[in-house]
Amino acid sequence: MKLQRKSGMRALTVGAAAITGALVLTACGSDNNDSGSDSSTSSSSSTSAAASSISCAKGQILSSGSTAQQNAMEAWVKNYQQACSGATINYKPSSSGQGVIDFNQGTDAFAGSDSPLAPDEITSSQKVCTSGEGIDLPMVGGPIAIGYNLPGVSNLVLDAPTLAKIFNSKITTWNDPAIKKLNPSANLPSTKIQSFHRQDDSGTTDNLTKYLGGAAKADWPYPHAKAWAGKGGQAVAQSSGVASQVKQTEGAIGYFELSYATADQIPTVKIATGASQPVEATSANASAGIAQAKVVGTGSDLALDLSAAYTTKADNAYPIVLVTYEIACDKGNKSDTLPLTKSFLNYIASADGQGQLAGAGYAPLPDAIATKVRSAISALS
Amino acid sequence: MTTTAPPPTAPPPPGRAKTVSRPGDRIFAGLSRGSGIFVLVIMGAIALFLTVRAVSAISKDHANFFTTFEWNAALTPPKFGIAVLAYGTVVSAVIAMVIAVPIAVGIALFITHYAPRRLGDVIAYVIDLLAAVPSIIYGLWGALFLVPHLRGLNLWLDHYLGWTVVFHKADPNSTPRSLFTVGILLAIMILPIITNVSREVIRQVPKMHEEAALALGATRWEVIRMSVLPFARSGIISASMLGLGRALGETMAVATVLSASPTLSAHLLDPAGGTFSQNIVAKFGEATQYGRDALIASGLVLFVITLLVNGAARLIIARRKEYSGANA
Repeated sequence: MKLQRKSGMRALTVGAAAITGALVLTACGSDNNDSGSDSSTSSSSSTSAAASSISCAKGQILSSGSTAQQNAMEAWVKNYQQACSGATINYKPSSSGQGVIDFNQGTDAFAGSDSPLAPDEITSSQKVCTSGEGIDLPMVGGPIAIGYNLPGVSNLVLDAPTLAKIFNSKITTWNDPAIKKLNPSANLPSTKIQSFHRQDDSGTTDNLTKYLGGAAKADWPYPHAKAWAGKGGQAVAQSSGVASQVKQTEGAIGYFELSYATADQIPTVKIATGASQPVEATSANASAGIAQAKVVGTGSDLALDLSAAYTTKADNAYPIVLVTYEIACDKGNKSDTLPLTKSFLNYIASADGQGQLAGAGYAPLPDAIATKVRSAISALS
Repeated sequence: MTTTAPPPTAPPPPGRAKTVSRPGDRIFAGLSRGSGIFVLVIMGAIALFLTVRAVSAISKDHANFFTTFEWNAALTPPKFGIAVLAYGTVVSAVIAMVIAVPIAVGIALFITHYAPRRLGDVIAYVIDLLAAVPSIIYGLWGALFLVPHLRGLNLWLDHYLGWTVVFHKADPNSTPRSLFTVGILLAIMILPIITNVSREVIRQVPKMHEEAALALGATRWEVIRMSVLPFARSGIISASMLGLGRALGETMAVATVLSASPTLSAHLLDPAGGTFSQNIVAKFGEATQYGRDALIASGLVLFVITLLVNGAARLIIARRKEYSGANA
């Protein structure tokens, strides 16, 4: 009797484990909306990749870091490994912070990061890069889309001060005069605004708050940070969480990378920058925004200052942009991984590699910056 | 051990001070002593690690570690404090205990004293299954099912009990991703452990006690009140402490459900607050080396809180020793 009871219990537990396991798997499956667009971009480009001038290197490298560039990296790694047999590139999308820590411990050949290295991180990179130090190579650009959920209202236009006030709970209803002024023809409801932001520390938050601080200083008094500083609103874990809350909550507004808006079919806000037309969040418009950036890194470090992009009034230049970097040693890269690192970085910075980006919701680097990145990569040693 | 197991050999002759010791005895004694010391070493190592890393972080904190609301170790100078986290951790765990303990004891009593054998077994299985569900599943269920369905209860509480401040909702429109919801979710998560242990303890109540009470003409409720509950009390308290430990440390479910923010609010229904483990999981990924040390400092505080709670539970149990099973 006792024994039977135990085995029955065990069978039940196994059954439950199987059911929950299946649930998790399906949850992942339905959540990962990017895979479709991913495979289509890589398949459409695989022909061009094969024809391109990838100068192959053999070996195996480890890298880790930003999840923001995960989809781009997956497509690049796939193309590169298809073209070059004998090369294995392992990019672990953990987080920017983890990537930098891994890099400075010497486990990564290169790391992906949403923000350039801080001064103390450069200092500690000198231990790993004998005779050199870690440098930032801008590689993946992208627009941060402001998604909203307001049935009956399409083509919503906002500007930086209004956005700052909304995210700081200074504007609390959708029919606020400030929003009405920007959308004279829209039929705005009196619904309360539900603003959503990231609960976890995030490069997306850091870049959005850089924009708000840069373009609407009076209405966004906080320093930019990876942790959300605004008052009110609700916090959700991960970009996918913000996107799904915006999708299901009427009156919601939130921010995430463009790919999440495309995947969940969330309408995005057009930004009134002072250009002749409000600017939509698209890959091409983001590239035009990033083109305003200035290189502030010294030597071969190419850290970008995007503040000119935040206040740009150029037509079709989207101002809320982020740039993620690859971090490598300028000198003193490990001799066994250097050839493959250089070869792979050369590929992703090439016109061909950058051409992969638009399809996945990212923005290719403007030519002027891409040229500098390529020459910095060639100088790696 | 010597009293229960029948001695395989003849008892030692009187007057011999030393008992017989075989190699097996010595090996077993050594192994068990080693296991005991192992626990101490592990706890000591954890405490030492937490303290060393925490001290280096707190010494560079430019805000009061205990009274600051925000957590921003990446700022220059860094500013972080545990006020909101300690409050949220304790409040959500208290809500969970208030809900879970009575229900768990009720289930345990129903299984052991009221339910027909078959039904009791089925309920026991289901409770065991609740314990087998991973916490991230609770988190998903909480975020996708519990949160939308608690909106009505929230509005009701706000409407009728809003005057208590505790149940006042600042913005009735906001989704109920609050400490209150987290408390309810935690209550469900800690139910199985409290129920299972309580059930086993209640089963240990000597049948003679109950039969004696019944023979005196007590009703079933009186039997439970006068003989079962006093006897099982210390066991139920221990069970509750195990549950409380889980509630204090729960991470993923809280991080999925709670809308965390550096606000300390007495309004339990408002989306605000945070807990130690939720904060660690939210901040760890993007944290720098220093930021991780700061998070470890918050982990040390959670460690200390748990130690205090367990110590308090030990005291309570020790004071009720006369009822414990050992003396029955």
